Amino acid sequence: MRARVNRAIREFFEDRGVLEVETPLLSRGTVTDPGITPFITAYHRPGSPHSEDLYLQTSPEFAMKRLLAAGSGSIYQMSKAFRNEEQGRYHNPEFTLLEWYRVDFDLDQLLDEVEALILMLAASLGKGLTSRRISYQALFLERLECDPLISSHHEFQAKAKALGLPEASHLCGEDRASWLDLLFGHFIQPDLGREALTIVTDYPAILPSLARACPHDPHYVERSELFLGGMELGNGFHELRDPKEQRQRFERDLERRKLHGQVIPSMDERLLDALGVGLPACSGMAIGLDRLLMALIGSSSLEEVIGFPIERA
Amino acid sequence: MATVSTSDFKGGMKLMMDGEPYNILENEFVKPGKGQAFNRVKLRNLKTGRVLERTFKSGETFETADVVDTDMQYLYNDGELWHFMVVETFEQYGADEAAVADAKKWLKEQDICQVTLYNGVPIGVAPPNFVELKITETDPGVRGDTSGGGGKPATLETGAVVRVPLFIGIDEVIKVDTRTGEYVSRVK
Repeated sequence: MRARVNRAIREFFEDRGVLEVETPLLSRGTVTDPGITPFITAYHRPGSPHSEDLYLQTSPEFAMKRLLAAGSGSIYQMSKAFRNEEQGRYHNPEFTLLEWYRVDFDLDQLLDEVEALILMLAASLGKGLTSRRISYQALFLERLECDPLISSHHEFQAKAKALGLPEASHLCGEDRASWLDLLFGHFIQPDLGREALTIVTDYPAILPSLARACPHDPHYVERSELFLGGMELGNGFHELRDPKEQRQRFERDLERRKLHGQVIPSMDERLLDALGVGLPACSGMAIGLDRLLMALIGSSSLEEVIGFPIERA
Repeated sequence: MATVSTSDFKGGMKLMMDGEPYNILENEFVKPGKGQAFNRVKLRNLKTGRVLERTFKSGETFETADVVDTDMQYLYNDGELWHFMVVETFEQYGADEAAVADAKKWLKEQDICQVTLYNGVPIGVAPPNFVELKITETDPGVRGDTSGGGGKPATLETGAVVRVPLFIGIDEVIKVDTRTGEYVSRVK
């Protein structure tokens, strides 16, 4: 099953002239996102009593952007990624990502390709699937009758309370991003992608990740997320190219990590250097392949699609 | 008292929340791709039996509840308390009506029950899965009808009322499944 899907993915990209690449799993710098905890391992050079910290990659994004900056053109890879402190029905600390970058694609063009890929994979398994797109704001207004950009914490709190989540204010405090994540995760996401592949677009600027700010409206970023069967499958961005802005976002992340007493990882200076040289205009997408398999065969736990999940690794 | 974190959560674990003992029924790790991780947990209040759902930040810690399930023999009811004894140690405990709850209609002297103790006080009683009880009241038995179809109500010595087949009569002893409240068989 997995082998068949992998083969179909490789054919799909070969037909479109996208090059398959491999990048290191071990790296000197890593993601700064406060929501992600990396695995850290100790590297000893031959004969050396001293060690240096290396990180297991949480996604191949930074290395692939370095290739793009070096002139690789459009690229893809299927690779293992590692995230510490994540385990559950939809999480395994080691998992497989399909990640690709399209030079000169805007986000809409990339999303067309995402749809084509997933509908093709569903069809190859004898499953008819359709696709729809809706903005983050429209979803909030439709499901929760509040506005992710304008509504106050008090409105979020009243909504959460009415929907049976009175502890929300204790969980989120005045952190607007946490409020949006919590409300989205509890009351919107579980129904998303039940009937059709659902692509959520136009994320609020406070949830930027590595997306570019929307050129005609700074309240949004060019970020999309993909949902199928109530599961988040992946993130797509029109990629941020400005090394100064990228450094600021890394530093802001590290500040937040410090505030919450989290590990402070080294930021990826090599990525920042590469952005300094110049990342071509591009859009990129990362999809959790294990979850995609789950959604396509309708299973309820990652354990059904991963041979040896962490408890049996 | 030991503490547990959300990462230790699993079904059956007992912990203190808002000063009340709870039993974890289900635990789900929830995390948006890039954001804060939560645990969505379904819990049962061990005192009231009420089931509720709560969301915790991953990493939050709780005290474990001093709750143990112990096999005890049911002794007698003094009109206010139901008395139980640990057979090995002869320790006795009195459970009030709230703790005994629905179990009371199945309690027969000398049967072994599971008593849930919280800080040494009974807060719940589970009767044996199967009990054998004598019928004290029912319509007269209908001879020859052994099909079991239809049935009729019968009152048992403990006061419980169950549906039994038509051929069963007063003073007969029957086996009942206490989890469903259904008749299982006649006991000779």
